[in-house]
Amino acid sequence: MSQPAWKVLRYQASNVLRSRWLLAYAAFFAIATDALLRWGGDPAAALLSLVNVVLLVVPLVAAVFGVMFLYDAREFTELLLAQPVSRPALFGGLYAGLALPLAGAFVVGVGAPFLFHAGADERYRAALVMLLAVGAVLTLVFTALAYLLALRSEDRVRGLGTAVGLWLLFTVVYDGIVLLLATAFADYPLERPLLAAMVANPVDLGRVLLLLRFDVAALFGYTGAVFKQFFGSALGIAVGAAGLILWAVIPALAALRVFHRKNF
Amino acid sequence: MLAYEKVEKRFGRHEVLRGVNVEFRRGRVTALIGPNGAGKTTLVKCALGLVRPDAGRLVFDGEPIGDDPGYRRRIGYMPQIARFPENLSGAELLAMIRELRGPGVLTDEELLRSFDLSSALGKPLRTLSGGTRQKVNASLAMLFRPDLLILDEPTAGLDPLSSSILKDKVRAERERGCAVILTSHIMSELEELADDVVYLCDGVARFAGSMHDLKLHTRQFNLERAIAHIMKEHAA
Repeated sequence: MSQPAWKVLRYQASNVLRSRWLLAYAAFFAIATDALLRWGGDPAAALLSLVNVVLLVVPLVAAVFGVMFLYDAREFTELLLAQPVSRPALFGGLYAGLALPLAGAFVVGVGAPFLFHAGADERYRAALVMLLAVGAVLTLVFTALAYLLALRSEDRVRGLGTAVGLWLLFTVVYDGIVLLLATAFADYPLERPLLAAMVANPVDLGRVLLLLRFDVAALFGYTGAVFKQFFGSALGIAVGAAGLILWAVIPALAALRVFHRKNF
Repeated sequence: MLAYEKVEKRFGRHEVLRGVNVEFRRGRVTALIGPNGAGKTTLVKCALGLVRPDAGRLVFDGEPIGDDPGYRRRIGYMPQIARFPENLSGAELLAMIRELRGPGVLTDEELLRSFDLSSALGKPLRTLSGGTRQKVNASLAMLFRPDLLILDEPTAGLDPLSSSILKDKVRAERERGCAVILTSHIMSELEELADDVVYLCDGVARFAGSMHDLKLHTRQFNLERAIAHIMKEHAA
Protein backbone atom coordinates (compact mmCIF):
# COMPACT_ATOMS: atom_id res chain seq x y z
CA MET A 1 0.00 0.00 0.00
CA SER A 2 1.33 3.41 -0.92
CA GLN A 3 2.55 5.79 1.75
CA PRO A 4 -0.30 8.32 1.58
CA ALA A 5 -2.84 5.51 1.69
CA TRP A 6 -1.20 4.15 4.80
CA LYS A 7 -1.25 7.58 6.45
CA VAL A 8 -4.92 8.08 5.66
CA LEU A 9 -5.67 4.58 6.94
CA ARG A 10 -3.99 5.27 10.26
CA TYR A 11 -5.92 8.44 11.01
CA GLN A 12 -9.19 7.10 9.66
CA ALA A 13 -8.83 3.95 11.74
CA SER A 14 -7.98 5.83 14.93
CA ASN A 15 -11.05 8.00 14.37
CA VAL A 16 -13.30 4.97 13.80
CA LEU A 17 -11.80 3.00 16.69
CA ARG A 18 -12.78 5.77 19.11
CA SER A 19 -16.38 5.82 17.95
CA ARG A 20 -18.83 4.85 20.65
CA TRP A 21 -20.84 2.85 18.13
CA LEU A 22 -17.86 0.68 17.41
CA LEU A 23 -17.33 0.00 21.11
CA ALA A 24 -21.02 -0.85 21.45
CA TYR A 25 -20.70 -3.23 18.49
CA ALA A 26 -17.75 -5.08 20.03
CA ALA A 27 -19.52 -5.17 23.39
CA PHE A 28 -22.64 -6.62 21.80
CA PHE A 29 -20.72 -9.57 20.38
CA ALA A 30 -18.76 -10.03 23.58
CA ILE A 31 -21.92 -10.19 25.66
CA ALA A 32 -23.77 -12.45 23.20
CA THR A 33 -20.83 -14.85 22.90
CA ASP A 34 -20.25 -14.90 26.62
CA ALA A 35 -23.91 -15.60 27.35
CA LEU A 36 -24.11 -18.39 24.80
CA LEU A 37 -21.00 -20.03 26.16
CA ARG A 38 -22.16 -19.75 29.75
CA TRP A 39 -25.71 -20.93 29.37
CA GLY A 40 -25.98 -22.35 25.87
CA GLY A 41 -24.54 -25.79 26.52
CA ASP A 42 -21.26 -26.87 24.93
CA PRO A 43 -19.11 -24.55 22.78
CA ALA A 44 -20.20 -26.35 19.59
CA ALA A 45 -23.83 -25.37 20.22
CA ALA A 46 -22.74 -21.83 21.07
CA LEU A 47 -20.83 -21.57 17.81
CA LEU A 48 -23.81 -22.75 15.87
CA SER A 49 -26.08 -20.17 17.50
CA LEU A 50 -23.46 -17.53 16.80
CA VAL A 51 -23.48 -18.37 13.09
CA ASN A 52 -26.99 -16.98 12.72
CA VAL A 53 -26.26 -13.93 14.84
CA VAL A 54 -23.11 -13.19 12.84
CA LEU A 55 -24.78 -13.67 9.46
CA LEU A 56 -27.53 -11.22 10.41
CA VAL A 57 -25.72 -8.61 12.46
CA VAL A 58 -22.37 -8.25 10.69
CA PRO A 59 -23.85 -7.28 7.29
CA LEU A 60 -26.39 -4.97 8.93
CA VAL A 61 -23.85 -3.07 11.00
CA ALA A 62 -21.24 -2.87 8.24
CA ALA A 63 -23.79 -1.56 5.75
CA VAL A 64 -25.65 0.86 8.04
CA PHE A 65 -22.72 2.10 10.11
CA GLY A 66 -20.72 2.37 6.89
CA VAL A 67 -23.31 4.45 5.04
CA MET A 68 -23.96 6.74 8.02
CA PHE A 69 -20.26 7.23 8.59
CA LEU A 70 -19.63 8.02 4.94
CA TYR A 71 -22.38 10.61 4.70
CA ASP A 72 -21.06 12.26 7.86
CA ALA A 73 -17.56 12.26 6.41
CA ARG A 74 -18.56 13.88 3.13
CA GLU A 75 -17.15 17.35 3.77
CA PHE A 76 -13.97 15.98 5.23
CA THR A 77 -13.52 13.71 2.23
CA GLU A 78 -13.64 16.82 0.05
CA LEU A 79 -10.99 18.46 2.19
CA LEU A 80 -8.81 15.37 1.80
CA LEU A 81 -9.36 15.32 -1.95
CA ALA A 82 -8.03 18.88 -2.04
CA GLN A 83 -4.70 17.65 -0.63
CA PRO A 84 -1.85 16.42 -2.83
CA VAL A 85 -2.93 12.78 -2.65
CA SER A 86 -4.09 10.62 -5.54
CA ARG A 87 -7.66 9.41 -5.43
CA PRO A 88 -6.91 5.68 -5.43
CA ALA A 89 -4.52 6.09 -2.48
CA LEU A 90 -7.11 8.14 -0.64
CA PHE A 91 -9.85 5.61 -1.31
CA GLY A 92 -7.64 2.72 -0.20
CA GLY A 93 -6.85 4.44 3.07
CA LEU A 94 -10.42 5.53 3.77
CA TYR A 95 -11.93 2.14 2.94
CA ALA A 96 -9.43 0.08 4.89
CA GLY A 97 -9.51 2.56 7.76
CA LEU A 98 -13.25 2.01 8.08
CA ALA A 99 -13.54 -1.71 7.28
CA LEU A 100 -10.61 -2.99 9.33
CA PRO A 101 -11.68 -1.50 12.68
CA LEU A 102 -15.21 -2.84 12.09
CA ALA A 103 -13.84 -6.30 11.34
CA GLY A 104 -11.48 -6.00 14.29
CA ALA A 105 -14.29 -5.10 16.68
CA PHE A 106 -16.19 -8.20 15.56
CA VAL A 107 -13.17 -10.50 15.83
CA VAL A 108 -12.28 -9.27 19.31
CA GLY A 109 -15.92 -9.26 20.43
CA VAL A 110 -16.45 -12.90 19.51
CA GLY A 111 -12.90 -14.16 19.86
CA ALA A 112 -12.04 -12.84 23.31
CA PRO A 113 -14.88 -14.51 25.28
CA PHE A 114 -14.38 -17.69 23.31
CA LEU A 115 -10.71 -17.91 24.15
CA PHE A 116 -11.58 -17.10 27.74
CA HIS A 117 -14.14 -19.91 28.08
CA ALA A 118 -12.91 -22.57 25.70
CA GLY A 119 -9.46 -21.36 24.77
CA ALA A 120 -7.67 -24.59 25.56
CA ASP A 121 -10.07 -26.79 23.62
CA GLU A 122 -8.62 -27.53 20.22
CA ARG A 123 -11.75 -29.18 18.89
CA TYR A 124 -13.46 -25.84 18.40
CA ARG A 125 -10.52 -23.82 17.24
CA ALA A 126 -10.91 -24.45 13.50
CA ALA A 127 -14.63 -23.69 13.61
CA LEU A 128 -13.99 -20.50 15.57
CA VAL A 129 -11.37 -19.36 13.09
CA MET A 130 -13.77 -20.02 10.23
CA LEU A 131 -16.51 -18.03 11.98
CA LEU A 132 -14.19 -15.11 12.59
CA ALA A 133 -12.87 -15.22 9.02
CA VAL A 134 -16.35 -15.31 7.46
CA GLY A 135 -17.50 -12.44 9.70
CA ALA A 136 -14.44 -10.39 8.85
CA VAL A 137 -14.80 -10.93 5.10
CA LEU A 138 -18.53 -10.15 5.26
CA THR A 139 -17.55 -6.89 6.97
CA LEU A 140 -15.31 -6.06 4.03
CA VAL A 141 -18.09 -6.97 1.58
CA PHE A 142 -20.75 -4.82 3.19
CA THR A 143 -18.45 -1.90 3.90
CA ALA A 144 -17.55 -1.88 0.21
CA LEU A 145 -21.25 -1.98 -0.69
CA ALA A 146 -21.85 0.89 1.76
CA TYR A 147 -19.17 2.87 -0.06
CA LEU A 148 -20.80 2.18 -3.40
CA LEU A 149 -24.21 3.30 -2.15
CA ALA A 150 -22.93 6.41 -0.38
CA LEU A 151 -20.91 7.47 -3.41
CA ARG A 152 -23.71 6.93 -5.87
CA SER A 153 -26.50 8.69 -4.05
CA GLU A 154 -26.26 12.26 -2.82
CA ASP A 155 -29.34 11.77 -0.71
CA ARG A 156 -28.54 10.35 2.68
CA VAL A 157 -32.00 8.96 3.41
CA ARG A 158 -32.04 7.16 0.10
CA GLY A 159 -28.55 5.79 0.65
CA LEU A 160 -29.47 4.52 4.07
CA GLY A 161 -32.74 3.04 2.81
CA THR A 162 -30.95 1.22 0.02
CA ALA A 163 -28.40 -0.14 2.49
CA VAL A 164 -31.12 -1.56 4.73
CA GLY A 165 -32.94 -2.88 1.67
CA LEU A 166 -29.82 -4.63 0.45
CA TRP A 167 -29.30 -6.17 3.86
CA LEU A 168 -32.90 -7.41 3.96
CA LEU A 169 -32.54 -8.81 0.47
CA PHE A 170 -29.38 -10.75 1.16
CA THR A 171 -30.23 -12.01 4.64
CA VAL A 172 -33.98 -12.56 4.61
CA VAL A 173 -35.74 -12.18 1.29
CA TYR A 174 -33.25 -13.93 -0.95
CA ASP A 175 -33.60 -17.46 0.35
CA GLY A 176 -37.38 -17.11 0.28
CA ILE A 177 -37.41 -16.06 -3.36
CA VAL A 178 -35.06 -18.86 -4.34
CA LEU A 179 -37.20 -21.40 -2.52
CA LEU A 180 -40.32 -20.06 -4.19
CA LEU A 181 -38.75 -20.30 -7.62
CA ALA A 182 -37.45 -23.76 -6.86
CA THR A 183 -40.95 -24.95 -5.93
CA ALA A 184 -42.50 -23.28 -8.95
CA PHE A 185 -40.02 -24.88 -11.35
CA ALA A 186 -39.62 -28.15 -9.51
CA ASP A 187 -39.99 -30.16 -12.74
CA TYR A 188 -36.84 -28.72 -14.26
CA PRO A 189 -33.20 -29.48 -13.49
CA LEU A 190 -32.42 -26.66 -11.10
CA GLU A 191 -29.06 -27.54 -9.70
CA ARG A 192 -26.98 -25.08 -11.69
CA PRO A 193 -29.33 -22.08 -11.48
CA LEU A 194 -29.56 -22.64 -7.75
CA LEU A 195 -25.81 -22.76 -7.39
CA ALA A 196 -25.56 -19.55 -9.36
CA ALA A 197 -28.18 -18.02 -7.10
CA MET A 198 -26.16 -18.93 -4.07
CA VAL A 199 -22.88 -17.60 -5.34
CA ALA A 200 -24.68 -14.35 -6.07
CA ASN A 201 -25.39 -13.83 -2.37
CA PRO A 202 -22.45 -13.23 -0.02
CA VAL A 203 -24.49 -14.05 3.08
CA ASP A 204 -25.50 -17.42 1.60
CA LEU A 205 -21.87 -18.10 0.79
CA GLY A 206 -20.88 -17.28 4.34
CA ARG A 207 -23.61 -19.54 5.71
CA VAL A 208 -22.59 -22.47 3.52
CA LEU A 209 -18.95 -22.09 4.43
CA LEU A 210 -19.73 -22.15 8.13
CA LEU A 211 -22.21 -24.98 8.00
CA LEU A 212 -20.01 -27.13 5.79
CA ARG A 213 -17.35 -26.63 8.38
CA PHE A 214 -19.75 -27.52 11.21
CA ASP A 215 -21.37 -30.29 9.21
CA VAL A 216 -24.97 -29.62 10.15
CA ALA A 217 -27.08 -30.06 7.06
CA ALA A 218 -30.37 -29.33 8.82
CA LEU A 219 -29.55 -25.66 9.02
CA PHE A 220 -28.44 -25.23 5.46
CA GLY A 221 -31.38 -23.61 3.81
CA TYR A 222 -32.36 -24.62 0.35
CA THR A 223 -29.44 -23.35 -1.72
CA GLY A 224 -26.93 -24.62 0.81
CA ALA A 225 -28.25 -28.16 0.60
CA VAL A 226 -27.88 -28.16 -3.16
CA PHE A 227 -24.43 -26.68 -2.81
CA LYS A 228 -23.27 -29.39 -0.48
CA GLN A 229 -24.70 -32.12 -2.63
CA PHE A 230 -22.99 -30.72 -5.68
CA PHE A 231 -19.54 -29.97 -4.33
CA GLY A 232 -19.11 -32.04 -1.19
CA SER A 233 -17.37 -30.55 1.80
CA ALA A 234 -13.76 -29.90 0.81
CA LEU A 235 -14.39 -28.55 -2.66
CA GLY A 236 -17.45 -26.73 -1.32
CA ILE A 237 -15.35 -24.82 1.17
CA ALA A 238 -12.83 -23.88 -1.51
CA VAL A 239 -15.51 -22.69 -3.94
CA GLY A 240 -17.41 -20.86 -1.20
CA ALA A 241 -14.28 -19.12 0.06
CA ALA A 242 -13.29 -18.07 -3.44
CA GLY A 243 -16.79 -16.72 -4.04
CA LEU A 244 -16.82 -14.77 -0.81
CA ILE A 245 -13.42 -13.25 -1.50
CA LEU A 246 -14.60 -12.20 -4.95
CA TRP A 247 -17.53 -10.56 -3.20
CA ALA A 248 -15.10 -8.57 -1.09
CA VAL A 249 -12.94 -7.59 -4.05
CA ILE A 250 -15.47 -6.72 -6.76
CA PRO A 251 -17.61 -4.16 -4.87
CA ALA A 252 -14.45 -2.57 -3.46
CA LEU A 253 -13.02 -2.21 -6.95
CA ALA A 254 -16.34 -0.86 -8.21
CA ALA A 255 -16.39 1.68 -5.37
CA LEU A 256 -12.80 2.64 -6.17
CA ARG A 257 -13.79 3.21 -9.77
CA VAL A 258 -16.72 5.42 -8.79
CA PHE A 259 -14.56 7.30 -6.29
CA HIS A 260 -11.89 7.80 -8.92
CA ARG A 261 -14.25 9.32 -11.47
CA LYS A 262 -16.77 11.11 -9.32
CA ASN A 263 -17.33 14.85 -9.27
CA PHE A 264 -17.51 15.75 -5.60
CA MET B 1 -1.36 31.91 -10.84
CA LEU B 2 -4.50 30.11 -11.95
CA ALA B 3 -6.17 30.50 -15.31
CA TYR B 4 -9.40 28.96 -16.60
CA GLU B 5 -9.49 28.48 -20.35
CA LYS B 6 -12.92 27.83 -21.87
CA VAL B 7 -13.86 25.57 -18.97
CA GLU B 8 -17.15 23.72 -19.37
CA LYS B 9 -18.94 21.43 -16.99
CA ARG B 10 -22.36 19.90 -17.08
CA PHE B 11 -24.13 17.68 -14.58
CA GLY B 12 -26.62 15.63 -16.54
CA ARG B 13 -28.67 18.15 -18.47
CA HIS B 14 -27.65 21.06 -16.35
CA GLU B 15 -24.85 23.14 -17.84
CA VAL B 16 -23.11 24.61 -14.82
CA LEU B 17 -20.06 26.14 -16.49
CA ARG B 18 -20.39 27.22 -20.09
CA GLY B 19 -16.95 28.30 -21.19
CA VAL B 20 -15.36 30.18 -18.33
CA ASN B 21 -12.28 32.27 -19.05
CA VAL B 22 -10.84 33.93 -15.98
CA GLU B 23 -7.50 34.41 -14.33
CA PHE B 24 -6.61 34.66 -10.68
CA ARG B 25 -3.37 36.54 -10.17
CA ARG B 26 -0.61 36.53 -7.59
CA GLY B 27 -0.77 39.16 -4.92
CA ARG B 28 -4.43 39.86 -5.65
CA VAL B 29 -7.56 39.00 -3.74
CA THR B 30 -10.33 38.12 -6.18
CA ALA B 31 -13.94 38.20 -5.10
CA LEU B 32 -15.97 35.46 -6.76
CA ILE B 33 -19.54 36.67 -6.88
CA GLY B 34 -22.70 35.25 -8.38
CA PRO B 35 -26.27 34.30 -7.58
CA ASN B 36 -26.98 30.94 -5.99
CA GLY B 37 -26.47 28.17 -8.49
CA ALA B 38 -24.28 30.33 -10.72
CA GLY B 39 -21.50 27.77 -10.59
CA LYS B 40 -19.15 29.37 -8.04
CA THR B 41 -18.63 26.18 -6.09
CA THR B 42 -18.15 24.10 -9.23
CA LEU B 43 -15.64 26.64 -10.52
CA VAL B 44 -13.60 26.42 -7.34
CA LYS B 45 -13.87 22.65 -7.19
CA CYS B 46 -12.35 22.41 -10.67
CA ALA B 47 -9.20 24.04 -9.32
CA LEU B 48 -9.03 21.56 -6.45
CA GLY B 49 -9.49 18.53 -8.67
CA LEU B 50 -12.79 17.71 -6.96
CA VAL B 51 -14.64 18.26 -10.21
CA ARG B 52 -13.22 17.43 -13.61
CA PRO B 53 -14.13 19.80 -16.44
CA ASP B 54 -15.77 18.34 -19.56
CA ALA B 55 -13.95 20.74 -21.83
CA GLY B 56 -11.32 23.45 -21.60
CA ARG B 57 -8.42 23.42 -19.22
CA LEU B 58 -7.00 24.96 -16.09
CA VAL B 59 -3.48 26.24 -15.94
CA PHE B 60 -1.78 26.48 -12.57
CA ASP B 61 1.41 28.51 -12.50
CA GLY B 62 2.05 27.82 -16.18
CA GLU B 63 1.33 24.09 -16.00
CA PRO B 64 -1.96 22.58 -17.15
CA ILE B 65 -3.69 20.74 -14.33
CA GLY B 66 -3.75 17.03 -15.11
CA ASP B 67 -3.83 13.82 -13.17
CA ASP B 68 -0.80 14.51 -11.00
CA PRO B 69 -2.09 15.74 -7.63
CA GLY B 70 1.25 17.35 -6.71
CA TYR B 71 0.15 20.88 -7.61
CA ARG B 72 -2.35 20.80 -4.75
CA ARG B 73 0.59 21.02 -2.34
CA ARG B 74 0.57 24.72 -3.20
CA ILE B 75 -3.13 25.32 -2.62
CA GLY B 76 -4.82 26.12 0.66
CA TYR B 77 -8.55 25.41 0.76
CA MET B 78 -11.01 26.54 3.38
CA PRO B 79 -14.37 24.86 2.69
CA GLN B 80 -17.58 26.55 3.70
CA ILE B 81 -18.66 23.80 6.07
CA ALA B 82 -16.06 22.74 8.60
CA ARG B 83 -16.76 19.12 9.47
CA PHE B 84 -13.87 17.04 10.66
CA PRO B 85 -13.46 13.49 11.97
CA GLU B 86 -15.38 13.59 15.23
CA ASN B 87 -13.08 11.60 17.44
CA LEU B 88 -9.77 13.05 16.36
CA SER B 89 -8.33 16.05 18.18
CA GLY B 90 -7.50 19.26 16.37
CA ALA B 91 -3.80 18.50 16.82
CA GLU B 92 -4.28 15.09 15.18
CA LEU B 93 -6.14 16.68 12.30
CA LEU B 94 -3.28 19.13 11.73
CA ALA B 95 -0.76 16.30 11.95
CA MET B 96 -2.74 14.23 9.44
CA ILE B 97 -2.90 16.99 6.84
CA ARG B 98 0.75 17.83 7.47
CA GLU B 99 1.73 14.22 6.77
CA LEU B 100 -0.35 14.17 3.60
CA ARG B 101 1.33 17.36 2.41
CA GLY B 102 4.62 15.52 2.49
CA PRO B 103 7.88 16.04 4.29
CA GLY B 104 9.71 19.30 4.50
CA VAL B 105 6.74 21.63 4.34
CA LEU B 106 7.24 25.00 5.95
CA THR B 107 4.31 25.80 8.15
CA ASP B 108 2.88 29.10 9.21
CA GLU B 109 1.24 28.81 12.60
CA GLU B 110 0.51 32.47 13.05
CA LEU B 111 -3.23 32.01 12.74
CA LEU B 112 -3.25 29.19 15.29
CA ARG B 113 -1.60 31.58 17.71
CA SER B 114 -3.76 34.61 16.95
CA PHE B 115 -6.90 32.53 17.35
CA ASP B 116 -5.43 31.15 20.57
CA LEU B 117 -6.30 27.60 19.61
CA SER B 118 -3.68 25.76 21.64
CA SER B 119 -6.05 24.45 24.33
CA ALA B 120 -8.86 23.70 21.84
CA LEU B 121 -6.53 21.58 19.71
CA GLY B 122 -6.22 18.98 22.44
CA LYS B 123 -9.93 18.21 22.51
CA PRO B 124 -11.91 15.92 20.20
CA LEU B 125 -13.16 17.94 17.24
CA ARG B 126 -16.79 16.99 17.88
CA THR B 127 -16.72 18.92 21.16
CA LEU B 128 -15.63 22.20 19.56
CA SER B 129 -18.15 24.94 18.82
CA GLY B 130 -18.95 25.84 15.23
CA GLY B 131 -16.92 29.03 15.49
CA THR B 132 -13.87 27.26 16.88
CA ARG B 133 -14.07 24.64 14.16
CA GLN B 134 -14.20 27.43 11.61
CA LYS B 135 -11.02 28.86 13.15
CA VAL B 136 -9.32 25.47 12.84
CA ASN B 137 -10.55 25.35 9.26
CA ALA B 138 -9.03 28.73 8.45
CA SER B 139 -5.76 27.93 10.18
CA LEU B 140 -5.52 24.69 8.25
CA ALA B 141 -5.99 26.46 4.91
CA MET B 142 -3.15 28.88 5.64
CA LEU B 143 -0.86 26.48 7.47
CA PHE B 144 1.28 25.51 4.51
CA ARG B 145 2.11 28.92 3.00
CA PRO B 146 0.04 28.30 -0.13
CA ASP B 147 0.53 30.11 -3.42
CA LEU B 148 -3.19 29.95 -4.03
CA LEU B 149 -5.72 30.32 -1.27
CA ILE B 150 -9.37 29.43 -1.78
CA LEU B 151 -11.72 30.72 0.91
CA ASP B 152 -15.40 29.80 0.75
CA GLU B 153 -17.46 32.07 3.01
CA PRO B 154 -14.54 32.29 5.43
CA THR B 155 -16.06 34.59 8.03
CA ALA B 156 -19.38 32.77 8.39
CA GLY B 157 -19.80 31.85 12.03
CA LEU B 158 -16.85 33.89 13.28
CA ASP B 159 -17.19 36.62 15.91
CA PRO B 160 -16.08 40.15 14.91
CA LEU B 161 -12.67 39.83 16.57
CA SER B 162 -11.84 36.50 14.89
CA SER B 163 -13.25 37.74 11.64
CA SER B 164 -10.94 40.74 11.65
CA ILE B 165 -7.95 38.59 12.59
CA LEU B 166 -8.76 36.42 9.58
CA LYS B 167 -9.09 39.42 7.27
CA ASP B 168 -5.74 40.77 8.41
CA LYS B 169 -4.22 37.40 7.66
CA VAL B 170 -5.75 37.37 4.19
CA ARG B 171 -4.16 40.75 3.52
CA ALA B 172 -0.81 39.48 4.81
CA GLU B 173 -1.05 36.47 2.49
CA ARG B 174 -1.71 38.79 -0.41
CA GLU B 175 1.36 40.87 0.45
CA ARG B 176 3.36 37.64 0.49
CA GLY B 177 2.35 37.15 -3.14
CA CYS B 178 -0.42 34.62 -2.68
CA ALA B 179 -3.37 34.57 -5.06
CA VAL B 180 -6.60 34.57 -3.06
CA ILE B 181 -10.05 33.52 -4.27
CA LEU B 182 -12.77 34.65 -1.93
CA THR B 183 -16.48 33.97 -1.96
CA SER B 184 -18.87 35.62 0.43
CA HIS B 185 -22.43 36.85 0.60
CA ILE B 186 -21.32 39.90 2.52
CA MET B 187 -20.60 42.55 -0.09
CA SER B 188 -18.98 44.98 2.35
CA GLU B 189 -16.50 42.28 3.30
CA LEU B 190 -15.60 41.63 -0.32
CA GLU B 191 -15.32 45.33 -0.97
CA GLU B 192 -12.95 45.62 1.97
CA LEU B 193 -10.65 42.81 0.87
CA ALA B 194 -10.88 42.30 -2.85
CA ASP B 195 -8.71 43.83 -5.58
CA ASP B 196 -10.42 42.03 -8.44
CA VAL B 197 -13.94 40.86 -9.08
CA VAL B 198 -15.27 37.92 -11.06
CA TYR B 199 -19.01 37.96 -11.52
CA LEU B 200 -20.30 34.55 -12.52
CA CYS B 201 -23.83 34.10 -13.82
CA ASP B 202 -25.43 31.25 -15.77
CA GLY B 203 -22.09 29.54 -16.08
CA VAL B 204 -20.11 32.35 -17.68
CA ALA B 205 -18.01 35.17 -16.26
CA ARG B 206 -20.13 38.26 -16.95
CA PHE B 207 -17.45 40.48 -15.52
CA ALA B 208 -13.80 39.86 -14.74
CA GLY B 209 -11.57 42.77 -13.85
CA SER B 210 -10.43 45.04 -11.08
CA MET B 211 -12.77 46.44 -8.47
CA HIS B 212 -11.94 49.92 -9.74
CA ASP B 213 -12.87 49.04 -13.33
CA LEU B 214 -16.10 47.48 -12.18
CA LYS B 215 -17.19 50.68 -10.47
CA LEU B 216 -16.03 52.78 -13.38
CA HIS B 217 -17.79 50.57 -15.88
CA THR B 218 -21.08 50.59 -13.99
CA ARG B 219 -20.73 54.17 -12.69
CA GLN B 220 -21.57 53.02 -9.19
CA PHE B 221 -19.88 53.88 -5.92
CA ASN B 222 -19.90 50.58 -4.13
CA LEU B 223 -19.66 46.91 -4.97
CA GLU B 224 -23.20 46.00 -4.03
CA ARG B 225 -24.70 48.59 -6.36
CA ALA B 226 -22.24 47.78 -9.10
CA ILE B 227 -23.18 44.12 -9.00
CA ALA B 228 -26.87 44.99 -8.83
CA HIS B 229 -26.32 47.14 -11.90
CA ILE B 230 -24.76 44.26 -13.84
CA MET B 231 -27.54 41.92 -12.80
CA LYS B 232 -30.18 44.37 -13.94
CA GLU B 233 -28.33 45.08 -17.18
CA HIS B 234 -28.16 41.40 -17.88
CA ALA B 235 -31.83 40.78 -17.09
CA ALA B 236 -32.92 43.59 -19.40
